[in-house]
This record gives sequence, C-alpha cells and structure tokens, in this order.
Amino acid sequence: MKATTNERAVEVKGLTKSFGNHLALGGIDFIVEPGKTLAIFGPNGAGKTTLIKILASIMKPTAGEVFINGLDLNHNAEDIRSQIGIVSHQTFLYGNLTAYENLLFYCRMYDVADFKQRILQVVSMVGMQYRLHDRIGTLSRGMQQRLSIARCLLHKPSIVLLDEPETGLDQQATSMLWGALREDGAKKRTIIFTSHSLERGLNACDDLIILNRGKIAHRQPSMDLGLAGLKKAYQNCTGAGDENPE
Amino acid sequence: MKTLNKALVIAWKDILSETRTKEIISSVLIFAILVIVIFNFAFSGSQQTMISLAPGILWVTFAFAGVLSLNRAFIQEKDDDCLEGLMVCPVSRETIYLGKMLGSLFFMLFIEAIVLPVFALLFNVNVISLPLITITVLTTIGFVAVGTLFSALAVNTKAREMVLPILFFPIVTPIIISAVSASGLALGGESWGSITYWLGIIAAFDVIFLVVSYLVFSFVIEE
Amino acid sequence: MKIKILLGVSSVFMLVALYMVFIFAPDTESGVVQRIFYFHIPLAWIAFLAFFVVFGSSIMYLWKRDKKWDAIASSSAEVGLVFTTLFLLTGSIWAKPEWGVWWTWDSRLTSSLILWLIYIAYFIVRSYISEEGQRARFSSVIGIIGFIDVPIVVITIFLWRTTHPRIEAMDPRVTATLMVSIAAFTALYLLLFAQRIAMKQDEDKLNKLKAFLRR
Repeated sequence: MKATTNERAVEVKGLTKSFGNHLALGGIDFIVEPGKTLAIFGPNGAGKTTLIKILASIMKPTAGEVFINGLDLNHNAEDIRSQIGIVSHQTFLYGNLTAYENLLFYCRMYDVADFKQRILQVVSMVGMQYRLHDRIGTLSRGMQQRLSIARCLLHKPSIVLLDEPETGLDQQATSMLWGALREDGAKKRTIIFTSHSLERGLNACDDLIILNRGKIAHRQPSMDLGLAGLKKAYQNCTGAGDENPE
Repeated sequence: MKTLNKALVIAWKDILSETRTKEIISSVLIFAILVIVIFNFAFSGSQQTMISLAPGILWVTFAFAGVLSLNRAFIQEKDDDCLEGLMVCPVSRETIYLGKMLGSLFFMLFIEAIVLPVFALLFNVNVISLPLITITVLTTIGFVAVGTLFSALAVNTKAREMVLPILFFPIVTPIIISAVSASGLALGGESWGSITYWLGIIAAFDVIFLVVSYLVFSFVIEE
Repeated sequence: MKIKILLGVSSVFMLVALYMVFIFAPDTESGVVQRIFYFHIPLAWIAFLAFFVVFGSSIMYLWKRDKKWDAIASSSAEVGLVFTTLFLLTGSIWAKPEWGVWWTWDSRLTSSLILWLIYIAYFIVRSYISEEGQRARFSSVIGIIGFIDVPIVVITIFLWRTTHPRIEAMDPRVTATLMVSIAAFTALYLLLFAQRIAMKQDEDKLNKLKAFLRR
C-alpha cells in the first residue's frame, strides 16, 4: 500500500468521527492508488457508511485529513465533489420525476456538456434505455439502483464510492455494475466500496480493509489470501461467527 | 453567478416535481380558502368591520399557508432520500439553501396570486393594488427566508411537522405585525408615504434573515 | 469552590437587596406594589444578558464544535427562560392594581412574550433531538436567529403601540436600591448558571463512563 505522492487518488490520515460520546471512526489511515479498487468489510455499525459519507463530503470529520486527487477535502470540497461519483443504498432519485428528468437535473448540477448524448450513453450502459421516460416511482428497486449507477457516472468521475452497491441488483445487473464502473474510457477508475459479502467483495477488489468498531482491524492486498483466509481473518477481527446474512 | 444558476436548477427541479403531483399547491390553496371561509363565519359583520379585519385575516391565512407549504420543502427531499444527493453535487451548501428558498418562494407567490383575488371577491375589499402586492411579495420573501432554514431543521427532528410552526411564528412576528399594519393603511387608501415606513421594516427583516439563514444553513444539513 | 463563593456572594447581596427594597427605599404614590419594580427590572435585564450569552456561545459552538459551548448556551438559556417567566409574572402582578388588568398588549409585554416563546421553542426543539451533536448544532442556530430577532421584535412592537411606563428621574435611594438589586440578581444568575454547567459536565462524564463500560 505504499505509494509516492503523485500516485495517490485517495489518502486518508487519522480520520476520526464521533457522534457525542460514540466514536464512529477512531483514527483511520489508508491510501488508494489511481485505478485500484479498495474493499471495506465490516459488521453493521463498524463505521463503513460513515467513512463513505465523509469521503463523499456529506459529513465533516471530527479530526484527521482526507486528500482526494491531491486536494484537501476541508478546503476544496466543491472541486472534489465534481471528481467523485457515489452510489449508495439510497438512489438519490426523485420519485415524481422521470428517469430522464432526474438525470437531466444532475447533468445540470454537474455541468455536463452534451447532456442528451451523455444521458443516452449512461442509461444504455446499465440497460435502462427503454424505461428512460418512466417515473422513478413506478420502477422496481433494482431498476432504480441501475439508474443510480447511471447517475453516478454522468459526470465521468475519476473516483467512485460505493456503499453496498449491490442492494437490490440481480446477478446480471451486478456484473453490469462492475463493468460499467471500472472503465473510464481507456483509464481505470479508482473505486472504494463497502460490502457485506466477503465472497463477491473479494473478487472485485485489489486491496481490502476490515473495519471493526471504527478501527481498521485488518488490511491486506486481496491477492495474498483466498476466500477461506479472508473468512478466517474476518472472524478473528470481528468475533462474528459467520459473514453477515444479506 | 454560478451559485444563482445552480440554485435555479434546484428550484426548477422542485417546480417540475410539483407540476406532477400538485401536492403543495392544491392542498395549501384549499387550506387557505378554508381559513378565509372560517374567518368569515367567525367575524360576520358589516362591510366597515370587514375592511378593518381584512388585513389580519389575510395575513393569518398567508402565515398558516406558508407553514404548511414550507413544511413540504424538505420532507420531499427526505422521503426520496435525496438531500444527500444534493450534498454530493459540486455546489456549496448555501446554493442548496438558495435553490430550496427560490422554489418555496415560487409556490407561495403562486398560491397568493390565487388567494388574493378570491379574498377580494369573498370579502368585497379591494386587495388587488400595487401597495398590497408589494407588501405581499416583500413579506413572503421574509417568510421563506426563515422558513426554508427551519424547514430543513424541522425535518431532521423527531416531530417533523410540529417543529416548524413553533419556531416560525415567534420569529416572523415582526413582519406579520408590519404586514398587517401596512395592509391596513393600504386598504384605508393611505398614500405610499405612511406605508413605506412599514415596508422598510419588512425589507430590513428580509435582508437580515436572508443573510443569516444563508450563513447558518450549512450547519443545519451537515453533520 | 467557585460555586460556594457565588453562593455566599449572592446570599449576602440578596439579603441586602431585600432590606433596601422593603425598608430603605422610599414609598411612592402607587404604594407598596411599586416595590416589585426592584425585582422586575433586574430580572428583565439579566434575562437579556442570559440570552446574549446564549447568542455568543452558540456562535462559539458552531465555530469550535466544542460541546462545552453547547453546555454554556443551554444553561444560560435555562436561567434566561426562568428569569423571563419571572419578570413576566412580576410585571403582571404590578399591572393588576396599577392598570386594572393582568395583561395588556403593550409593546414591552408583547415583545417579552415573544421572547419567552422563542426560547420555549429552543427547548422544545432540544427535547426532540436525541443525537448530541445535532442537538447542539440545531439549538445554536436557534440561539443565533432568536437573538437577532429580538431587536426587530422590540422596534416593530414599539412602533405598533406602547403604554409601558418610562423610567423618569429617580430618588437617589431608589437608584441605589435598584443597583444593589441588579447586583444581587446578577450574582444569582451566575450562581445558577455555574451550577447548571457543572451539572451538565457531570452528566457528560457519566455518559462517557457508560459508553466506555458498554464497549
């Protein structure tokens, strides 16, 4: 996980977040190199979502620093936001508006040029071009999640944050998700994602972190251990008997 | 310029969404007309008494309607889980405030544009005049300036709809008093001179609360 | 220690003030009821002072994010609210024999009532939020907006109508009594304020301990 300064897409130093007396994150450090994929595992309440929210600048950290593409999150939040895409279990889509209108709204917010073309591009990536003019409220959860992925890609972010991205997706959509997210033209995107599922997470990542009670309990390049090894490490770190049911 | 531009995009989104459901405008409009009708039962009297009561009735109606519609401003964002979607967009928190405020301002003015003629018709008082429209627009700006901030605050508490009126009414008392006094003078056929005095207070309130709400808004939505 | 000194100081001042109010101060034409004014005015002034402290420490909280400032703001708001309630009550008791009514929509009465309602709202909102940081943020916002509103409320209502008595040239004995009474109530405010902050700090320590034990 060592990298020189210009090879850091995301750098997190001593990140701490507390809610009153509850310490959600207690001093997190990691680095993600450009084009790499980092998986964050951990039981419920480990601080995964809090970490993603801070990286996405939805929440402010109590202490610590975050650098994204070399920019300090405390001072350049707006610039950083235009380089980040996020998919979470919330779709960020308005139920009363059609898929097209939702995407058009976000295109305007992100200053996407040639938005008509771009919208068609991203919806065909997720296979939703036939439901483009349906209202979000009438679509199934899985379809909404696909559109949420399309929304995340609209402005061609170089870094993508995913909080349980597979929520509500079927097998076909899941593989589509990873295909669509990875490639950014010729370049590979930097991806940070959280997951309950050790098995699927392990296949998708280059590096991994196990969070427990707001601290990094384990970190390792994914190549170095198989699924059985990861399960064992997870058990040791969290004391959980098994991976969480989905 | 960029701020205003993005704020208008947010307001446009709210208005587009409203044209689909007509949730805010239809329910608030019916509510406003009901309030006027109830007041008519409560204070039936001669034409002369009606003219002296009209400003009060009008502003109680608008204040209640305002709370009802402002309450919806953030409940929708919350129910669709979209507030965080706005927060990850490359715009400042203040832009979000401005956008939501402009959207609410549009809804309120739209409702008032319908209620004022209805009021004129039912009470047989001439409320469609330049001074009254000026008073209405200025006061509404004050309402939504404070209301948008408190609406964002209220939606994050346990008792969502309860919190907005408790906070909103005491804070807006000065502009309600000013609006009622100014409307009374306008209906009494007074000249601009005496009205501008109250308009000055309303405008000062608008400016102060727009600036302060703009500055503290980020603390309300960001943890 | 600080609290003990404050307790001593405020007790002494209170006793002196009581003596001066009931024995030392001269009678006026309105009779004994007029003496309530020695409680009414200090209560009102200290209430404003307390809300000013809320305003200042709310800004400090949003700036520093240190929960010490939230404890200070909410403690001061509590004392301010109690003092506001008391000065509304003493005003009302004075008004009954003087004006023949308990309440009248006079400018100062009305603006005091609005003030009281704003800080009631402050505590209602606090009670609706369980997460500590959020509670502190939201009440700071209300503490700031509420205080900024006060002068506008006062000006507007004053223009609207007023019958409240103005303070005119006073007997030096009256001035002296008033000053001592203000000093006494200031000491009382500081005492209650310090007491509440100390209590909140203990509460916080206890919660930290609980959180630690739960781990």
